Amino acid sequence: MGVQAWTFVLVGLSFALYIGVAIWSRAGSTKEFYVAGGGVPPLANGMATAADWMSAASFISMAGIISFAGYDGSVYLMGWTGGYVLLALLLAPYLRKFGKFTIPDFVGDRYESNTARIVAVLCAIFVSFTYVAGQMAGVGIVLSRFLEVDQTTGVLIGMGIVFFYAVLGGMKGITYTQVAQYCVLIFAYLVPAIFLSILMSDNPIPMLGFGGSGADGVPLLQKLEGLHRELGFASYMDGSKATIDVFMITAALMAGTAGLPHVIVRFYTVPKVRDARKSVGWALVFIAILYLTAPAIAVFARTNLLQTVTDQPYAEMPEWFTKWESTGLLQWEDANGDGLIQYTGPASATANELEVNRDIMVLANPEIAALPDWVIGLVAAGALAAALSTAAGLLLVVSTAISHDLLKRALMPTITEKGELRAARIAAGVAVVIAGYFGINPPGYVAETVALAFGLAASSFFPVLLLGIFSKRMNRAGAITGMISGISFTAGYIVYFQFLHRELSTPEHWWFGISPQGIGAVGMVVNLVVAMLVSRLTAPPSRGVQAMVEEIRVPKGSGPAHEIEGV
Amino acid sequence: MNSERPQHSQSRPPAGGLTPAQRAAYWARNIRLLLTLLLVWAIASFGCGVLLRDWLDQWKLPGSGFPLGFWFAQQGSIITFVILVFVYAWRMNKLDREFGVREEED
Repeated sequence: MGVQAWTFVLVGLSFALYIGVAIWSRAGSTKEFYVAGGGVPPLANGMATAADWMSAASFISMAGIISFAGYDGSVYLMGWTGGYVLLALLLAPYLRKFGKFTIPDFVGDRYESNTARIVAVLCAIFVSFTYVAGQMAGVGIVLSRFLEVDQTTGVLIGMGIVFFYAVLGGMKGITYTQVAQYCVLIFAYLVPAIFLSILMSDNPIPMLGFGGSGADGVPLLQKLEGLHRELGFASYMDGSKATIDVFMITAALMAGTAGLPHVIVRFYTVPKVRDARKSVGWALVFIAILYLTAPAIAVFARTNLLQTVTDQPYAEMPEWFTKWESTGLLQWEDANGDGLIQYTGPASATANELEVNRDIMVLANPEIAALPDWVIGLVAAGALAAALSTAAGLLLVVSTAISHDLLKRALMPTITEKGELRAARIAAGVAVVIAGYFGINPPGYVAETVALAFGLAASSFFPVLLLGIFSKRMNRAGAITGMISGISFTAGYIVYFQFLHRELSTPEHWWFGISPQGIGAVGMVVNLVVAMLVSRLTAPPSRGVQAMVEEIRVPKGSGPAHEIEGV
Repeated sequence: MNSERPQHSQSRPPAGGLTPAQRAAYWARNIRLLLTLLLVWAIASFGCGVLLRDWLDQWKLPGSGFPLGFWFAQQGSIITFVILVFVYAWRMNKLDREFGVREEED
């Protein structure tokens, strides 16, 4: 069987598994599990959270970006895991005790204001859109390669699958489907990594292997650093981002992680506050397995790529090279007409002839290393699992934000259940179309696009949630002005540099050298400062709200767990 | 747990059945734990992984080829985070029991 046949078989099998698990868990245990304060056990919830969380950005894009950016890629590793510490310590247990469905619910109740609720809804929609766009771009890349169509067609097919998947009610709601998705995606991620680790470092554990040495006794990291220098690329070990930018991007990703609406809702589904605490821990363990492997894949993939293509004749390139060329994500132009591939960095005297899209690295990696065809198909199945589970979760946030938070709770309290459901479906449909548009015209690589969503979440939700729990004095006026100033500052900076003036988006023009990916950290501070100042100048919240804050600070007496429902 | 439950108005139910003084003590202990753990969190990531990286890179992680600062940025910080979250869960559960605010078993 060839790569394409294996891909169809493995993607088909994995989908059959998800549907099977969905039917099984719905028929068997719905009643005992989800009703009457049952809830999902922390370990399973942790695994499901990990699947929900690890998206196309984590699976496809992250290792690719690290393999090109080296040390600079650490911002994603630290940012997307460090945020779980904030989530565990500062938000999850308290929001579980509060026990409502969505972030806008908390914001609306805590600040006794429909205006605050609507601002939160708009922020949730904005954040989720940006994030879904990243998933769409990822799905497009996977499909374009394995169905051998161009990126745009790939995104269009992906839109169809995601829409079907999200609207197929309940599919997403069943935690055990996500547990299955986690298993598929982590297996698909680890298998090629283990193969490569054995090949390149003789160590079957990839997390350790990339710190080891190859058969020639040269440490892998040192070999790669040498290749980078020789070919004129920026240093792998040092990166090229300024320290302040690394710091800010990491901070924005961390706070954004803790404020992402689709992650927070997961902790409403566990039985007790203490389960919420532990569940975050398990989620982080399952996430860490992939995140500790990603830098290893990055090193293996980069070394392999450089060794495979450098100064080799184009005519002798293996099949993967031409297949990726046909997607437009890999481009070679024989600048000096010698028929050899010169792949060089900016510091080299030789002109570069090869453009490699970073997002193809994880997918192309097993092919470059000539691993068996089934491994390549498996990676495609894993990538789809990652992108779909996250995209579905995000669409759910967008559609509940509109139907539940905006229509039912704020604008049209009399709306019927049927009307609410219809609004949810329409919202999901519109969301897919808009996300598809941005998937075709992404404002950066998948992980970079997603990083923007985190900046927006960091500058809008994280401060109001944090202050809502830790400051009894925080009031309506503070929360609303804080959210609006934080997100408009951040969005303004991003739009200016990423969309209006891309040519100006260089460190010299950025404020204090902070890139659009990192500006969310500054937006967060703006939000915090504005919220604190305004709240001190206006009346304190009502006694009822102060009592509610007292109440959520103590675990005892939490209500029954919720199950996330399908669209 | 507490025999002298204070009088509350209807709009102010007792939080977990604690007196205001106990509640304040519980919260203060929680905050102290949070700050300690967040300090470790910041040192592992922003400290060792970003600000002190170049300095730490003069050493290797024992038994491997990883420069220490680089390792903290790509792996060490993540391992620290996992440990921190479990330490938090363990310490908080202990605190809950001490103050008698642990949720009932079903």
